Amino acid sequence: MKIVVCIKQVPETDKRLRVATDGRWIDEAELSFAINESDEVALEQGLQLAEKHGGEVVVVSLGPERVRESLRKALAMGAARAIHLRHEAFAGGDAIATGRALAAAIRREGCDIVLTGSQSDDNGFGATGTLIAAELGWPHAWLVMGIEVEEGARTFKVTREMESGLSEVFRLTLPAVLEVQAGLNHPRYASLKGIMSAKKKEISEPTPADLGLADGQVGQAGSRLEVLSVAFPESSAGAQIFEGDGAAAQLIAKLKNEARVIS
Amino acid sequence: MTSIVAVLQHREGKLHRMSLEAIAAAQQLAALSGGKASAILLGSGISEVAALVAASDLAGVRVVDHPLLADYTPGGYVAALAGLFASGAPDIVLFPHTYQTVEYLPRLAFAIGGGIVPEALSFEMDGSEIVWKRPILEGKMHARVRAKGSGPILASLQSGAFSAEGRKPGQTAIENVSVDLATAATWREILGVEQMGGDTVDLTKADIIVAVGRGVGGADKLGPIEELARALKAEVGASRPVIDSGWLPRDRQIGSSGQTVSPKLYLALGISGAIQHLVGMKGSTCIVAVNKDAGAPIFKIANYGIVGDLHEVVPAMLAALAAS
Ligand SMILES: Cc1cc2nc3c(=O)[nH]c(=O)nc-3n(C[C@H](O)[C@H](O)[C@H](O)COP(=O)(O)OP(=O)(O)OC[C@H]3O[C@@H](n4cnc5c(N)ncnc54)[C@H](O)[C@@H]3O)c2cc1C
Ligand SMILES: Nc1ncnc2c1ncn2[C@@H]1O[C@H](COP(=O)(O)O)[C@@H](O)[C@H]1O
Repeated sequence: MKIVVCIKQVPETDKRLRVATDGRWIDEAELSFAINESDEVALEQGLQLAEKHGGEVVVVSLGPERVRESLRKALAMGAARAIHLRHEAFAGGDAIATGRALAAAIRREGCDIVLTGSQSDDNGFGATGTLIAAELGWPHAWLVMGIEVEEGARTFKVTREMESGLSEVFRLTLPAVLEVQAGLNHPRYASLKGIMSAKKKEISEPTPADLGLADGQVGQAGSRLEVLSVAFPESSAGAQIFEGDGAAAQLIAKLKNEARVIS
Repeated sequence: MTSIVAVLQHREGKLHRMSLEAIAAAQQLAALSGGKASAILLGSGISEVAALVAASDLAGVRVVDHPLLADYTPGGYVAALAGLFASGAPDIVLFPHTYQTVEYLPRLAFAIGGGIVPEALSFEMDGSEIVWKRPILEGKMHARVRAKGSGPILASLQSGAFSAEGRKPGQTAIENVSVDLATAATWREILGVEQMGGDTVDLTKADIIVAVGRGVGGADKLGPIEELARALKAEVGASRPVIDSGWLPRDRQIGSSGQTVSPKLYLALGISGAIQHLVGMKGSTCIVAVNKDAGAPIFKIANYGIVGDLHEVVPAMLAALAAS
């Protein structure tokens, strides 16, 4: 069973965010980056499937130079090889252009299963994995919360999350794209041995041309969505905020005497 | 004139709440260009749902009623809509941003050469062009975006972004359209529907909920929170990462994938306020947020807030409760 896992590197946003000078994205200068939460879950799922049913995991990521660090982490966790779409023509794409580029890399690599996350923490399109499936002409499922390989390893029983705590169960035939949801598993930590061996593993860097794509088909040029500007949401009425030493006591007093929600 | 269509979701004879929001949004968008929107419903034996939709001010309601569409499958839905649009796609197709539509919308866009605007919060006209607003970075910021290139625009609308009350009633004719689905692949064999991880705790009945988020930092740090819940005679709830990390059981999850609650007091401790959490608790009478980040979106819907470390604030609240 050959598995490709798509991992995206995203900024950690618990820090103070600033708008970049061009107004179209955040200033990334002082941010740290990590593998998108559900993508790390997808990677763990891929590693478990390969361990149980044989085969290997290849990771692919589209993004700038800094993404190498996340790919190294994935290799340390157990992926066999990595593909890094770092050519600048790939940059700034919407889900359509990014899906097209990732699908082309996957097509060239060849595999039985593609695993992705369900949604990226930064763009939050919730669409890239599905577009990879559309490009490949394969079945897909979004918000996967359970994967059970059936006899013969050609079909899967998939549990997909629905709203309000319900889930639907169905059978999919491989090859397929499964877009997993956070919570499906608890990703492993890389072992020291894993970290050491990752240094020797291959990270290839195909260009659009290597994937049979023109520069205009990928990145911002190949996109249908253009970001004009980003901003912080306008503040509405907002909360009465308490700060400092007496804050908790002030809050309790307000809840008793003003909101009257506790006695 | 711009042609605008809303594709609506329903289940077991009921229209999804967000379908009404999508109708209202389609009406508003159509009004901007001086036209009237229409609606589309897919399913099998859905005349009652169609009648509900038809009681709106629309140019028309098109229904594809076919046995293959009895259960939702991405393959069936994409084939039906692509078939329907084969004779001319609308300029703009609006969808409710639900777990169902998000799953097939990108595939439909691919099939008909459309652009995608995921999770739109609002739209405005800039000359002849529509500028959409959508959340990025889990709702911490918004982006203004436009669709470029030619072909239809498929936009999904965030829950609650448009008010269902804004829907204009009316009386619209229903047109049954047949689409050839003989060769459509559903791509999945449906086996059933399950309840995820039991539901032994009914949080909807609680008057007070003390909810914890990832900011609590670990299962071993829940002690003071549980103590606060006891002091307030409250139930403990949680955001998704707390459940996913195994710090609390799944039946404590609040949000779009968990329970929807509206207690008189909701204390959100170390919860950032992502939309999937907010939809599950924004109906609460009084919302209190404790977060160390003053910019956390949760403060936007809170009535009261403390900017600070919950590990200091919770013991201080317990002390204040004991003193009063
Ligand atoms: C399809 C889908 C469905 C989803 N369904 C749900 C759902 O049902 N329910 C749900 O909740 N989420 C759901 N999510 C996830 C959602 O998008 C958010 O990721 C999640 O709600 C974030 O949880 P959080 O606020 O606890 O964590 P974070 O976003 O990581 O926020 C943690 C917060 O804690 C604060 N903090 C950290 N340390 C402290 C401290 N010591 N004191 C005070 N504050 C501190 C931080 O400033 C931050 O604001 C879903 C996502 C998807 C894609
Ligand atoms: N630049 C990227 N590189 C690798 N995978 C990506 C990239 N962008 C999106 N993905 C995958 O697609 C999923 C959905 O992303 P999105 O459509 O941006 O919400 C992510 O969870 C990733 O698995």
